[in-house]
Amino acid sequence: MEKLNKNDFVTIWLDGQMCGIPVLEVHDVLSRQTITKVPKSPVAVAGVLNLRGQIVTAIDLRKRLKLKDRDEGMEEMNIVVEYQKEPYSLIIDSVGDVLSLSEEAFERNPVTLDPHWQSVSNGIFRLENELLVILDIEKLLTLDESKVAA
Amino acid sequence: MDDLLNEFLTETFESIEVVDLELVELEKDPNNKSVLDNIFRLVHTIKGTCGFLGLPRLEAVAHSGENVLGKFRDGEMKVTPEAVTLILTALDRIKEILVGLEQNQQEPSGDDSEIINQLNAMAEGNLYLVETPKVIEEAPIMVSDVRPSVPGEVTLDELEAAFLAAPGPDDEDPVEEAVNVSVQETVKAAEVKKEEVVKANGSSKEGSIANQSIRVTVDVLDNLMNMVSELVLTRNQLMQISRRTGESEFAIPLQRLSQCTTELQEGVMKTRMQPIGNAWSKLPRIIRDLQMELGKKIDLQMLGADTELDRQVLELIKDPLTHMIRNSADHGIEKIEDRIAAGKKETGTIRLNAFHEGGQIIIEISDDGAGLSVEKLKAKALSNGLATEEELAEMSDQQIQRFIFHAGFSTAAKVTSVSGRGVGMDVVRSNIEKIGGAIELKSTEGKGTTFLIKIPLTLAIVSALIVESGTERFAIPQISVLELVRASGDSNHKIEYINSTPVLRLRDRLLPLLHLNKILGFEEGDNMDADSLREDFIIITQVGDFTFGIVVDRVFDTEEIVVKPVAPILRDLNVFSGNTILGDGTVIMILDPNGIASEANEAMSELSDQRAEEEDDVSRATFEDKEAILLFRAGGDTKRAVPLSLVSRLEEIDVSKIEISEGNKMVQYRGKLMPLVLINDKYDIKSEGRQPMLVFTNDDKAMGIIVDEISDIKEDSIKVELSSKAIGQLGTAIIDGVATEVIDIAYYFEKTFNDWQMGMDAIPVELKSKRKNILIVDDSTFFLNLLKPLLTASGYNVTIASTAVEALKLREKGLDFDLIISDIDMPEMNGFEFAEEVRENGIWRETPLVALSANSSQARFDKGREVGFDNYVEKLDRDTLLKAIEEQINNHETAA
Repeated sequence: MEKLNKNDFVTIWLDGQMCGIPVLEVHDVLSRQTITKVPKSPVAVAGVLNLRGQIVTAIDLRKRLKLKDRDEGMEEMNIVVEYQKEPYSLIIDSVGDVLSLSEEAFERNPVTLDPHWQSVSNGIFRLENELLVILDIEKLLTLDESKVAA
Repeated sequence: MDDLLNEFLTETFESIEVVDLELVELEKDPNNKSVLDNIFRLVHTIKGTCGFLGLPRLEAVAHSGENVLGKFRDGEMKVTPEAVTLILTALDRIKEILVGLEQNQQEPSGDDSEIINQLNAMAEGNLYLVETPKVIEEAPIMVSDVRPSVPGEVTLDELEAAFLAAPGPDDEDPVEEAVNVSVQETVKAAEVKKEEVVKANGSSKEGSIANQSIRVTVDVLDNLMNMVSELVLTRNQLMQISRRTGESEFAIPLQRLSQCTTELQEGVMKTRMQPIGNAWSKLPRIIRDLQMELGKKIDLQMLGADTELDRQVLELIKDPLTHMIRNSADHGIEKIEDRIAAGKKETGTIRLNAFHEGGQIIIEISDDGAGLSVEKLKAKALSNGLATEEELAEMSDQQIQRFIFHAGFSTAAKVTSVSGRGVGMDVVRSNIEKIGGAIELKSTEGKGTTFLIKIPLTLAIVSALIVESGTERFAIPQISVLELVRASGDSNHKIEYINSTPVLRLRDRLLPLLHLNKILGFEEGDNMDADSLREDFIIITQVGDFTFGIVVDRVFDTEEIVVKPVAPILRDLNVFSGNTILGDGTVIMILDPNGIASEANEAMSELSDQRAEEEDDVSRATFEDKEAILLFRAGGDTKRAVPLSLVSRLEEIDVSKIEISEGNKMVQYRGKLMPLVLINDKYDIKSEGRQPMLVFTNDDKAMGIIVDEISDIKEDSIKVELSSKAIGQLGTAIIDGVATEVIDIAYYFEKTFNDWQMGMDAIPVELKSKRKNILIVDDSTFFLNLLKPLLTASGYNVTIASTAVEALKLREKGLDFDLIISDIDMPEMNGFEFAEEVRENGIWRETPLVALSANSSQARFDKGREVGFDNYVEKLDRDTLLKAIEEQINNHETAA
């Protein structure tokens, strides 16, 4: 788990679940953006958006994690990360604080965790009142469904 | 000093490349004075600069080379292949030294006396062969008309004067010095006319211009390009605002800004664009050397060398191109004897052609050589284990030819120093694909091979047409738009349909149309029908030889866009060639007509696949395929259906004719008493008038079902979606888009006559479907397509699943089959695993399972038995397969 030695995480909310993204990977936090849909793209791809002249691919984490869709008019935020030198925007419900966590509170994913979550999470931090699911950017942005079997 | 050295190195490398090229040219046309002058000048410049930088080795070699060239130029010596080879060798030596210089910042040590001696000897008229440097002592071949190498008729004074008169280079002294050296050298070398001094001077001046230019890393250019792109976008944005607000004081400065931006943009683009010819400059030399080495005669034609390409892309395709040309020369073009034997010209032709098409750059490499031998490729594929014989048998020649793109595949029977090492075309392909390109190949054995490389313009500002489809806007590169047609009922053009396939009549041509909405998977309403009010915009575009129209909802303006590649996550979408930001700041996808065309083809084949699958589902349902269905109402508004084939007659009876006997209603019908049946108690026979009735007969028994109304007869499939527990009903099916109850005639017969055992069995059988349902699981679409008709023709209903997982999904849906045939080698879940799963759980536990595989070794046979297959049949053994199917089904039925 050497990836986690910088244990600072931006907390985000997704359908009532608190998740963490390593703070070093976060480039930007944006409010709701105008998004251009991309026909025929994988389901999790919400579309593309213009971030200060840069084209950013937006991934709806609710869809990525197979959660239910946001209700109409619900707040949404964007977290911009970079993966393989390409910017991606993760659409989430809201952003919380940045937390510095100690390694001791870290746990592996429970084996019973939903496979969708298993496949994108590196583990879990026990917080006082809540559990923080650490999301892995690389895994989030590897869409196995991108190729639809013929 | 270091900077100067680097400058020198890059410049010299470039010069040498040019010399390489020109020498080959010279060899072909020894009397071409301008080429010779050019070569002389370049070598001379190299020498001059070397002297200045203190590089004695380089200087010495260049000097000797120059001496020989000087003789050529003065006509004292003939341009012979031997001499050219010698000079080329000298150039190679110079290159070697340069490489060493580049690495260590100083000249590598080494002895050049041999080559210098040869050159000098040649300059003096003593010709030595390059290949035999050891035999210098042997009697040299004397070249006639040798003139002593002395300063010519021009006196030094004259020269001096000429030199002073010529406009001197206006920058630093070093160059001046170089020029001095060069002039003196020129004088030493041979007789020089006044103008030529000026020329030499001019050439040195060219060198000084080269010194003025700076080399910039591509990163810097990329950055600049990005900034300019931004500028262009901002300019567009401003222009849009200005257009909206109308006249304002900003209009004029904005105009100027716009103009400057455009110029800047063009300028920056130019820095990145280079003619593709730059990547080709080495090829003539390579071909020349190959001709010598291989003993072939090859004519290299290069067309479209000025087609411009992004520098980066150019760098990346340089090596693949070189490799392919080598291949063509080595494998493609036959030896002279073979060519003559084949009735071809002695000289083989390799043709390189580059051009723009549809926003892409196409590079064509064709040769008129031997072509690819499909048989050889097959043998090779087989021995390399790339395919089995069965697979090969199923492949088209084109597919087999594509094997050359596999790693480790070389058809050259023997490895030559040129090619045939089996690391080649796969690398070429991957390199081209890396930059988003594609490579295709066409080859006819005995006629030649043509490779087609398509490279997209990944970085460029292009003019694009903005269109709307669905609710989204898209850009389509102007370059791929041939014309724009507005089609509506009242205009000259309108969309016509051939069996619901839209076409457009355009100037005596019939163009196929593609609806962008459909291609992009947008839901579309009933806009397909040729509504006279409807307006369609059709973009006529061309991909290869295929001209077609793309129907869009709206067409907006054209706009300058900066093509940016899409994120890797979206790179699989071939309908888009990139994306861009419009003037208003929104991101928009750029459509790729090539992708659309191929997508359309796919969609068409997929559609037919889907249709086939649907039909399969239908055929495996309780009833036969599509059939005429009688729709009626009886009690309530519920639609009810019965297959028309079961109905003998539709009648209307006068209710007054209805009689009652033993509490049952009946009517005299054709001289017999026919019982009348109500299918439920929610309705009754009218008290007067006429009542519609469906007459069913079986053997000599007839029954009338009284209905409220006979609604319609539809051609559709009865696919029972929900089976029913209600008596007298088979279930609910969607017929003509409406949920419809399908009634069970057999039940009413039974109820009416109480003796279905005796008389009714014909009907239940018919209803149950006589055909056996078979599921085939195989990942090879080809094989499925082969097997399906075979089994269908043999009287089975066939359902196909292309993976075991897909098959298991059918099981989850509760579909039952009489027999399952499964392939063994499949991705995800293989046949053995599938069989285990089938035997373990679910409704197929008892279903006969037949394994089907190309590999039927005893071990696999046993394994198959072990995991639960009832039989194991070799692929393509039709008779055995049919026999096995019949046997298994029969066994199963008798067992059950």
